[in-house]
Amino acid sequence: MDTARASSSISKGRFLGATCVADCTWEIPISAKPGMQVPARIFATESLLEHMDRSVFEQATNVACLPGIVRASLCMPDAHSGYGFPIGGVAAFRPEDGVISPGGIGFDINCGMRVIRTNLMEADVRPRLHELVQALFRAIPTGVGCKGFVGLSREEFRKVMIQGSRWCVEHDLGWPEDPGQTEGGGCLPGADPAHVSDRAVARGRDQLGTLGSGNHYLEVQVIPPGGLHDPRVGSILGFERPGQVFLMLHCGSRGFGHQIGTDYLRVFDRGMARHGISVPDRQLACAPFRSPEGRSYFGAMLAAANVAFANRQVITHRVREVMAAVFGQSARELDLRVIYDVSHNTAKLERHEVNGRTEELLVHRKGATRAFGPGAPDLPAAYREIGQPVIIGGSMETGSAVLVGTGHAMEATFGSTAHGSGRTMSRTEARRRVVGRALLDRLEARGIVVRAASLSGVAEEAGLAYKDVNEVVDVLHRLDLSRKVVSLTPIGNIKG
Amino acid sequence: MGRYRVLEGVAIADCAVEIEGTTLDDLFETAAAALCEIMADPATLARDRSRSVTLRAPDGEALLFDWLSELVFRKDRDQELYPRCTVRVRDGAGRWSLNASLEGTSIRPDRGGLRADVKAVTLHQFQMRAVDHGYRARVVFDI
Repeated sequence: MDTARASSSISKGRFLGATCVADCTWEIPISAKPGMQVPARIFATESLLEHMDRSVFEQATNVACLPGIVRASLCMPDAHSGYGFPIGGVAAFRPEDGVISPGGIGFDINCGMRVIRTNLMEADVRPRLHELVQALFRAIPTGVGCKGFVGLSREEFRKVMIQGSRWCVEHDLGWPEDPGQTEGGGCLPGADPAHVSDRAVARGRDQLGTLGSGNHYLEVQVIPPGGLHDPRVGSILGFERPGQVFLMLHCGSRGFGHQIGTDYLRVFDRGMARHGISVPDRQLACAPFRSPEGRSYFGAMLAAANVAFANRQVITHRVREVMAAVFGQSARELDLRVIYDVSHNTAKLERHEVNGRTEELLVHRKGATRAFGPGAPDLPAAYREIGQPVIIGGSMETGSAVLVGTGHAMEATFGSTAHGSGRTMSRTEARRRVVGRALLDRLEARGIVVRAASLSGVAEEAGLAYKDVNEVVDVLHRLDLSRKVVSLTPIGNIKG
Repeated sequence: MGRYRVLEGVAIADCAVEIEGTTLDDLFETAAAALCEIMADPATLARDRSRSVTLRAPDGEALLFDWLSELVFRKDRDQELYPRCTVRVRDGAGRWSLNASLEGTSIRPDRGGLRADVKAVTLHQFQMRAVDHGYRARVVFDI
């Protein structure tokens, strides 16, 4: 087994003494760092592990020091260094004596993925691809400080915080069935606008229906030849045949969530001494979940999560309008159904089995996707038998994938899996190696049409800055953390 | 004017910078310029809007965090970027404050020159300290 060979070649300095404990499973013991309550566990092939920067191991072991953490600090195969938690980090805490940390969720609360099906084939779309990408770019604001088209009063925005995607449906910005195809029904209970600052509202109120920048995108994708790995599950989800066209989007709660993260980071940074908590990285600033400030942040964070669901719903509405205009058929005729919408930056109260007992835990996922297995209660009825769809976004050069959650993930990772392919290169290094305009030309020559608000942003998101998405997906499948359904390759992309 | 450099090995998906200034005023002004330059090519930004900012904080690091967070906030709320800021920092018996004049312009995607959208100022490795010839700070911006 290649992992057995790997264990002897692992450098203790670089990986903080990680040893291979099972196939593609590496563990850093609690003796590696003072204060660790649990081990850190990383799911990766040797090659993926080699591509992770050392900070991943530092950050995963820092998380293992937090009060109330259960079982292990987990890293998914796409992990890379972040701030506070590593990106790709998962940790569960006992609500009664554990903590909540904005550093375990990220500033972009409920950043997530959505995939929309069509009944079009690549041959139908190719002749109008430039027109389609240009129309999407015009309709969906991208880039620094972009502003959306949905003008909302403060009172109406408060309703969005509570109702999430359902607010959109009530205001003709979605189909009645859309929220049901969204994690948590597109509306997480417990959102509390009373704990949201005026600054957060002022910052985010005008941004519904915007993509933002960085690695956020909207893509036109197709199933490549040989890309439908599980036709039975694929047909239940709506992935029917190679050449079929889909739309995938990646974005979150925009400035609203960013400001809530900023507000509470300051509150928690000041308040930790009062709770007798010290952390190895100030970005892990946290509060006991049951404390007043912990509960306040949880309510505000859920409000941002609902705004993120609404943001992706409003973008979906725009996509449907654009598709209808470009192809001269209604969105219903084009069958632009939401397949699923899933978050990868949240903390949620969930029930998991620990030492043979089912307990309520606060599961932080930062750059990690919920991956509930078959039978999970909040899945759409049609998906209950196959498990929750998992959307893994790749770079605009390499493609993406859809998988389904498994029963094993419920045991091994608190029902969690990877979220993307994971960066291996800094943004500066990517800009040094790639010229944005040249990359756009190369992609165009390969049949991928890209419109971007920033050419330097295009260079930063070049495929060479990321791990191989197929390697990430293969290890998830091999470890049964989620199962491959379909690969998708881009033919069009808009980004900030 | 102080100087800043990007630190590549710190947060590969984000942007870490080390900022130096000969005085606290210079440090805060340079930090603002670094933030603006991450988001746009300053050469493409006019200076046709003037704003003023007053902030108070319990210590210098908190004041720097709040100062940069304020500029990120205004980028979204007002859709404005500020390539030039003049800052006066005061440290009075454990009570820090600043008064700043901002010169900038509305964000105009059609003008080009836009870069990465900074989401937030993180506390990851955040520090500000006095050094031999002035002050130095390290800031990781979430992209």
